[in-house]
Amino acid sequence: MTDLADAPPPAVPVPVTTRKDWSSDQEVRWCPGCGDYSILAAVQMLMPELGVRRESSVFLSGIGCAARFPYYMNTYGLHSIHGRAPAIATGLATTRPDLDVWVVTGDGDALSIGGNHLIHALRRNVNITILLFNNQIYGLTKGQYSPTSEVAKVTKSTPFGSLEQPFNPLSLALGAEAGFVARTHDMDRKHMMETFRRAHAHRGASFVEIYQNCNVFNDGAFEQITGKEHRTDMLIPLVHGQPIRFGAEGEHGVLLRSDGSLEVVEVSDVGEEALLVHDEHRDNPGLAFQLSRLARGPYEPTPIGVFRDVDRPEYGAEMARQIDEATIRRGAGDLDALLRSGSSWTVN
Amino acid sequence: MSDTTQHESPQLLDRVVIRFAGDSGDGMQLAGDRFTNTSALLGNDLATFPDFPAEIRAPAGTLAGVSAFQVHISDHAISTPGDSPNVLVAMNPAALKANIESLPKGATVIVNVDAFEERNLAKAGYADNPLSDGSLAAYTVYEVPMTSITTEVSRDAGVKPRDAERSKNFFALGLISWLYTRPTEATVAWIEQRYAGKPLILEANLRAFKAGFHFGETAELFESSYQVRPAALDPGEYVNITGNTAVAWALITAATQSGLPLFLGTYPITPASDILHELSKHKQFGVRTFQAEDEISGIGAALGASFGGSLGVTTTSGPGIDLKSETMGLAISLELPLLIIDIQRGGPSTGLPTKTEQADLLHAMYGRHGEAPLPIVAAKTPSHCFEATLEAVRLAVKYRTPVILLSDGYLANGTEPWRLPDLVDLPVIDPGFATAPNHTDDDGNEVFWPYLRDPETLARPWAPPGLAGLEHRIGGLEKSDGSGNVAYDGPNHEKMTRLRAAKIAGIAHDIPPTDVDDQDGAEVLVIGWGSTYGAIAAGVQRVRARGHKVAQAHLVHLNPFPADLGEVLSRYKRVLVPEVNLGQLSRLLRAEYLVDAISFTQVQGIPFRAAAMEAAILQQIDGTAEGFAAAEDRAAGGPSPAHGSTPTRKVSDS
Repeated sequence: MTDLADAPPPAVPVPVTTRKDWSSDQEVRWCPGCGDYSILAAVQMLMPELGVRRESSVFLSGIGCAARFPYYMNTYGLHSIHGRAPAIATGLATTRPDLDVWVVTGDGDALSIGGNHLIHALRRNVNITILLFNNQIYGLTKGQYSPTSEVAKVTKSTPFGSLEQPFNPLSLALGAEAGFVARTHDMDRKHMMETFRRAHAHRGASFVEIYQNCNVFNDGAFEQITGKEHRTDMLIPLVHGQPIRFGAEGEHGVLLRSDGSLEVVEVSDVGEEALLVHDEHRDNPGLAFQLSRLARGPYEPTPIGVFRDVDRPEYGAEMARQIDEATIRRGAGDLDALLRSGSSWTVN
Repeated sequence: MSDTTQHESPQLLDRVVIRFAGDSGDGMQLAGDRFTNTSALLGNDLATFPDFPAEIRAPAGTLAGVSAFQVHISDHAISTPGDSPNVLVAMNPAALKANIESLPKGATVIVNVDAFEERNLAKAGYADNPLSDGSLAAYTVYEVPMTSITTEVSRDAGVKPRDAERSKNFFALGLISWLYTRPTEATVAWIEQRYAGKPLILEANLRAFKAGFHFGETAELFESSYQVRPAALDPGEYVNITGNTAVAWALITAATQSGLPLFLGTYPITPASDILHELSKHKQFGVRTFQAEDEISGIGAALGASFGGSLGVTTTSGPGIDLKSETMGLAISLELPLLIIDIQRGGPSTGLPTKTEQADLLHAMYGRHGEAPLPIVAAKTPSHCFEATLEAVRLAVKYRTPVILLSDGYLANGTEPWRLPDLVDLPVIDPGFATAPNHTDDDGNEVFWPYLRDPETLARPWAPPGLAGLEHRIGGLEKSDGSGNVAYDGPNHEKMTRLRAAKIAGIAHDIPPTDVDDQDGAEVLVIGWGSTYGAIAAGVQRVRARGHKVAQAHLVHLNPFPADLGEVLSRYKRVLVPEVNLGQLSRLLRAEYLVDAISFTQVQGIPFRAAAMEAAILQQIDGTAEGFAAAEDRAAGGPSPAHGSTPTRKVSDS
């Protein structure tokens, strides 16, 4: 057997490309004003900067509005079935370590029908980059509550208000042992591009939650924190190695209390040296978990950026290592020897 | 066996059926397996039937916990593990009770008499000891103190008595090895290798095995030992192989023959898991095995691997096949190669996890929403699983389609001798990856159209990521013929629906015609699929030995059927379809060919018996109720007459 991934890389240097090269000829069919447009633009603008090839990039998706994403990228793409993209991506990324595999998903796709596949892809640390468009609503089925919708949400399927406690996607990812966990939002292209760049650079499973506005079924869900006039006081940019501060003058900060909980404080009250210093590489995910739920919802100061970035063995590479070791130990597979490996006898 | 007399030298038998039965923890599968291996090395033809409960350790001594292993050895070609044992080895009362009904009168019963004490008798539901109440008068019963001798011989070996007692399966194996004149060397070597790291257990097993052998020789309990001479099999090198091992080896072979890296995505489920176990051992072939979080992920990952240019395979059974339906539909829409291997078991729901059934045919055929056809290939014997798997891979790759391979619990765990193929004779499978753009667009640009079909096979190009200029997007939405772009218009959907159907239907011209074992003048055709092959062949042989004429056909391709099948069916006055379900192939034949197919079915978690098959065929030949009664009488009267000289078939299970 030959391994496709063993093929030597072509000698030609990665061509210089522009956003146009990464855009397919398909008409984009999201609703006018949808947050998905800005995410697509951020990705298409980022790709030329990553130094990667179109033919080595694959966008995979499940079902939902976000899942149309692969049709709009001029790369290899696969629009699959509801919730299953992480499973399909696991097979692809594990057999083709030479590819960049992106999974584009939504809150219903990833956290409801596909919850099982998501947590196991993260746990195994498959080399994929997951972009989760979280709009806290089902859009493609026209407006039912989703697993990230707030309690008591009135929707078509919950006229008296939903009864369910929502998932916090980042808490879930951290609980599932994800090595790279980040959050960004659709109103800030620069922040998106920087976050996606970091996620792409991470080897193993990367998980990015993107707050995305569904202007038809859940308009303004994140307005209180991502609106231009609110951002400085409501978004908390996480910077590795720096005290966690926000506000126009950096007047607010995050304090680690003696009981282990986090608290938003005024820097003038506690002094900068008392603030929590952000450490992406901390092996224990406890503080990242605390940060992921600092805000009870998108109406309180909310951290964005990279919560966690630690290296763990990557699943596909580990599988390849076992194959290499077995091959060194036993020699390359010999079909004739395999068929004769039981006790054979000869009839003359 | 019933007419034994005093003999100095072993008495010759042409065949014998032995059933080892005991508690789940008694090691009966191992004893049966070792006996089988020795017999294979001796050159007998053979067939085996392991039969064990779903519980790993059901309460000891109960009927629910009985595990059995039946082996049929012979000096001529056979096709079944035998209708009923000539010899039953019963390690406790429950094993006796669970199996005695299947023994013909006059059969031999060898019991571990030590186990026949009050507590065990009560657990098995015996009010009186069957060894002393006369209820076994119709059998030749040998009472052997297996537990006490086994414990005794290891007394000075430093083994704890409780551990020593566990070796009694080797005592039974030794005794039966003596009774049927099996050489001991292979088993001794096996014990020494297997338990090399546990010297005390090695010693106890070795002593028990030898004690059993010597007991037969010296106890003067048995009037004679027996010999079953080698069978005249076709020249070649043979191994004894289970269906699941044959599948696993065929997958590695298919990968080698196609140059495609093998990827198995699967979730453990009985009785399919052994394929995962076997493949995970052979990483030096570049095999990637992925134990997924669920059945859905197993097939999803396999499809992802196929998209990337690997040979994607998933294995399952029972409820697992339900869970995979959704992804099969996607694979049909994507038109990518994918192999789904279904080791059928008794259903519905959890059903009978360790028992065989062939009731997934209609699920394989129709168990998806929308018009979603795919090819179906079925294996007919344990060793045929090798060939059937290679064929399924050939179709998947050539036609860019998911293919379902049907095996079942009986084939999966049963064994038979398999003549190793010559590697140069194995088919070469060409992946035929797309290498260049295949279409010129309106602006004169060379572009790649993922759904531009091969006019002959109607297969689309397979273009794994990595090649510049062939970037493309595919998905589960309906797409335009040719360009593959998303398209919702009705006429295109009708065109694509008919194209997908025509692609699969066209395979009929790429497979062999129906394999009919005809007899000039036969008016009855027996047609089956899957693991009924052995029982049907044996039944047909018995009927022919009686001087009747009957034809046999066995389908390996179930979708599409061979192109000539309708014509073949029309040649016979009666078409009998035996199946271990409630009549699934018969329904397909009726629907497809308007033939009055007569369904003959049984769903007891076990294969058909040759006698039942014989009776059912005779009923069709006689065509009357009286004829059936006569046939039943004949069948109930013990083994049929010895195999006569039948011109067309060598198999004889009688």
